Amino acid sequence: MMNTTRKVMSVSMILLLAIAAVFLVSLNMGTMKIPLAEVIKAFNGTGSEQNYTVLVHFRLPRMVIAILIGAGIAVSGAILQSVSRNALADPGILGINSGAGLAVVLYIFYFQGSSFSSGVLSVYMMPFAALFGAFLAAFLIYTLAWKQGVTPIRLVLVGIGINAAFAALIIVFQLMMDPNNFMQATIWLSGSIWGASWEYVYAILPWILLLIPWALYKSQNLNVLNLGDHTATGLGVTVERERRILLFISVALAGACVAVGGGIAFLGLVAPHLARKLVGPRHQGMLPVSALLGSLVLLVADMIGKNLMAPSEIPVGLVVSCLGAPYFIYLLIKD
Amino acid sequence: MQANQPMNKTTSKSIYRPKTAAVVILAGLGLLAAAMASSIIYGASNFQLSTIWEALVHFDAGSTAHQIIQRLRMPRALAAALIGSSLAVSGAIMQGMTRNALASPSIMGVTAGATFMMSIGLAFMESASNTTLMLLSFAGAGLGAGLVLMIGSLSKRGLTPVKLALAGSAVTALLSSISSAIAIHFNVAKDISFWYAGGVSGVQWVNVQLLIPVVIIGLLLALALSRSITVMSLGEEVATGLGQKTGIVKFLGTLVVLLLTGAAVAVGGTIGFVGLVIPHIVRFIVGPDYRLIIPCSAVVGALLLVFADVAARMINPPFETPVGAITAIIGVPFFLYLARREGRGL
Repeated sequence: MMNTTRKVMSVSMILLLAIAAVFLVSLNMGTMKIPLAEVIKAFNGTGSEQNYTVLVHFRLPRMVIAILIGAGIAVSGAILQSVSRNALADPGILGINSGAGLAVVLYIFYFQGSSFSSGVLSVYMMPFAALFGAFLAAFLIYTLAWKQGVTPIRLVLVGIGINAAFAALIIVFQLMMDPNNFMQATIWLSGSIWGASWEYVYAILPWILLLIPWALYKSQNLNVLNLGDHTATGLGVTVERERRILLFISVALAGACVAVGGGIAFLGLVAPHLARKLVGPRHQGMLPVSALLGSLVLLVADMIGKNLMAPSEIPVGLVVSCLGAPYFIYLLIKD
Repeated sequence: MQANQPMNKTTSKSIYRPKTAAVVILAGLGLLAAAMASSIIYGASNFQLSTIWEALVHFDAGSTAHQIIQRLRMPRALAAALIGSSLAVSGAIMQGMTRNALASPSIMGVTAGATFMMSIGLAFMESASNTTLMLLSFAGAGLGAGLVLMIGSLSKRGLTPVKLALAGSAVTALLSSISSAIAIHFNVAKDISFWYAGGVSGVQWVNVQLLIPVVIIGLLLALALSRSITVMSLGEEVATGLGQKTGIVKFLGTLVVLLLTGAAVAVGGTIGFVGLVIPHIVRFIVGPDYRLIIPCSAVVGALLLVFADVAARMINPPFETPVGAITAIIGVPFFLYLARREGRGL
């Protein structure tokens, strides 16, 4: 026991250092290169006005958001995998991303360009549409899977069905769009945090600060649920109630993250797998390590997406898949 | 992994029902003929049945109606039938071989591979002809499935169904993210979406000429394998105990799936749910014997897709609704019903 705790501590320290390093490098990089000395000057108040604007209004919020939603998506995936006892579960597979995606596509289709949403307002409304869609999907999945209780396997199956239905509707509406809206929708669905600003940071921060500690507090129950319903009941856990609470945490996290970052796929699947590999399956260690890994991966992916083909950007979700999938394949072969 | 349990549990009470199967096939073929006729009749302009007959026996190159029937409607109806058969039979084979009720062609990385090659074709080859694109996506389908199978066979404990599903989703994620990046960067996203959601709307005789031999060979091989697949569906240990060479059956079965889905995706893009749902419906009617499931799936799959394609034209004329959306809308409620009814067995 002592050993695992120490291991969790050292792995977390290394991840934190890595995040800090990437954070510093990422501050310098972009369409406009700003050397580290200038960065320090800018924060001192002795640097140029322009550097300050770029750093504080564009780069910082974007990186903070990458860290926050990376952690959120990873923890959401970890909870879903344990609750459904299915190694394949993640918010994308269960239809939560596509629920949010459908809401956004409908929003772009009906309101974009109409007088109702000229300019700024439309950008700020989109996350609400996404959040609404995510919760609608979760509600549908839970209700349709309900039959004197919800079993993990039924939850996954219903999720797959809902996902397929939403994906079909997304493509129907997307194909009716004009090319500009189509592109906007495609980029959103691929996952991107381009539009980040401090308002988004303030909007998502409470969700992350509330929900991740809540999940950590529930670690012991997750450990027990992972053993199966019968064992869990035998160990005195009110299975159905715990499952509902944990699902709520997971969906709320995924919904908030999707609302700001779009449909970032694969992170919720890969980060928990990686964390389990590093520190074992106990959630007390696995959840925080997943969160840190999620942050690190998303921060790195955003840096790559921003700079690889600059000045045009690659949606961060695509970079995550390109980084995550080969590693996942390697795990599969080695296992 | 729960989805991995034998699905025969739900249907264990069933027996060999050749008579039911004969009825399904005959009635299905009759309905298919009617559906194909209406697929040729209805569209942006409607025709008389007699005009179609004339176009068939005394083709008049000067008549616009004959031209439309010959060059647009007939290949479209035929392609829908062939693709529906291919997808349904592939799904049946995969479900039987992996004993996983959720198995369907799209988890093999086939569609992602095809989309990947298509996006490369559309982005880098400016004047790629229809045939080139089709061959590209055929190669892509092979690439996707090849990667999945390679990962499966490289891994230490061999190719289990769960591993297949995991490898399939990883390969799908990788290939489809690269193709999205290409699509966004080169501004061809909408072309690609149109192609892979387009169904059989733009099918020409060239495409049908490629489909026919591949589908016939695939279906015949599937029928020849059907007995072995029934044995496989009882479990690999049982199959080995009964003296079956499971390795060869797996190899041939996978080859058939590749041929059939590769051709179907190359011509029709991604059409979901046919491969998943049809085998379940058929199994429900004719029982768990794949000697009956495979031919019945071929007929019912063709029927569903021809019907869905007619609906795709009728819902919002003159626009085409993506046929994959229609099959999903028909398929999802049924899928949810299955998931609720017997979540564990599914």
